[in-house]
Amino acid sequence: MGVIYILWLRQLKRHFRSKARLIGSLGQPLLFLFALGFGLGPVFQQAGRGNYIQFLVPGVIAMTILFTGVFSGIEIIWDKRFGFLKETLVAPISRFQIMIGKTLGGATVAMIQGLIVLGISSLIGFKIENPSLLPLMFLFMFLIALLFTAFGTAIASVLEDMRGFQLIMNFLVMPLFFLSGALFPLEGLPKVIVIISKINPLSYGVDALRAVAVNGSYFGLFNDFLVLSVITFLLLIIGSYLFSKIQI
Amino acid sequence: MDKGKIVDNNCPIIEVENLTKKFGDFIAVDHISFSVFKGEIFAFLGPNGAGKTTTIKMLTTLLKPSSGTILINGYDVIKYPHKARSSFGIVFQDPSLDDQLTALENMEYHGVIYKVPKKIRSSRIKQLLKFVELWDRRNDLVKYFSAGMKRRLEIARGLLHHPKILFLDEPTLGLDPQTRTHIWDYIRNLNKEEGITIFFTTHYMDEAEKLAERIAIIDHGRIIAQGTPEELKSKTQSNSLEEAFLIFCGREIRDQEATSIERMRLRRRASRK
Repeated sequence: MGVIYILWLRQLKRHFRSKARLIGSLGQPLLFLFALGFGLGPVFQQAGRGNYIQFLVPGVIAMTILFTGVFSGIEIIWDKRFGFLKETLVAPISRFQIMIGKTLGGATVAMIQGLIVLGISSLIGFKIENPSLLPLMFLFMFLIALLFTAFGTAIASVLEDMRGFQLIMNFLVMPLFFLSGALFPLEGLPKVIVIISKINPLSYGVDALRAVAVNGSYFGLFNDFLVLSVITFLLLIIGSYLFSKIQI
Repeated sequence: MDKGKIVDNNCPIIEVENLTKKFGDFIAVDHISFSVFKGEIFAFLGPNGAGKTTTIKMLTTLLKPSSGTILINGYDVIKYPHKARSSFGIVFQDPSLDDQLTALENMEYHGVIYKVPKKIRSSRIKQLLKFVELWDRRNDLVKYFSAGMKRRLEIARGLLHHPKILFLDEPTLGLDPQTRTHIWDYIRNLNKEEGITIFFTTHYMDEAEKLAERIAIIDHGRIIAQGTPEELKSKTQSNSLEEAFLIFCGREIRDQEATSIERMRLRRRASRK
């Protein structure tokens, strides 16, 4: 337990000491929130879909968690490059413990960033319809955080250096975000996009957050939970396996 | 003074047999065998790229051997990696500190992952940080430290769990003579008082000659000479270890050893063609 705790604590300390990263990882969600939220709001309203901010905020929270989570996982590449991973890998602890500690740390960081965005959103008029469901919302936020941090860890175990990072961002993380229903409703879309969004785990996360915060689920809350937990579980197993294969 | 120091020639604490590591077609370590006895100070010498670091990585469970066996403190490193890992401490060639953490936090982290009990941990951290003269800087982030300070901190950290064997991969590289002397004094003391076996590599032949009780010289992945400094000198009829070393390994200059990551990349590139 102490081992997992100290690994977790290290992730948090690193995150909060790097002010640039703390603020940097908020820049993009806030831009989406303000530019799209206010820019597309009137069109959304005219189309009879209601308040766009209410619709958009769960998507932007999910996005924040996605980006911070993947990035926290991918941080292992830095540890590889700057030697710190060696220090951890020669210790008499199992690689599974290391992977779990780091992933929980990264997920916590991602969750906190998500909470900050939630806080800022409520300042610009976002309302949770039923505040008693807030714990459920936190649960889903953490599940999304865990899923994508484990995803990042798995990727980082395979990548050798940061050069692959752009590739991952542009061809995996960005599509995951844009094709998840975070920005637009999934109803009435071309079939291809619907199919893609159905195999995209983030869609279920966005859907769950939206269902809990403002009602109206597309997949059904239980399905969301099922899909997210099964994929998180699988990614943790795959991540642990890939992590255990790292040789320096 | 020498109460803890007994070199037991019947009791090897590191046993290496037919150890081989291949990276693709490149044989970095080629069927080497040697033993290090309990309580010994053992130097592992060789030119750049000879296979020193690769061997240390295999001994310390970071790299899997292609073939051969390694016993650390009696434990096979493949079958019982945790038992082997608890038995040694290591100071790596390249820095391996988290520079976003303070000196104290780096020590704490190490203490926890090596399961040093909390009570012993804080007093030992204090003692070690004082020894390397970093106690006053304990709450500073490591990123503000000089290379010498980082190295001192790493040595203190490697000793924190009082291992049976201490691996030192060029521990005094880039340090001034004062710090070097200071560090070796402490290491020699640890060896005497606590009976910790020391396995080190260095390019400073005078250090090896002064400190090592036994030496192995590796070149092109093979061990080409083994023995006490005196034996190596008399074998080559030279006056210093440096001379003996140059006779064993020749005078040609070697390329720097590529890291395994770089080698992997080269291999991947080659397979793409």
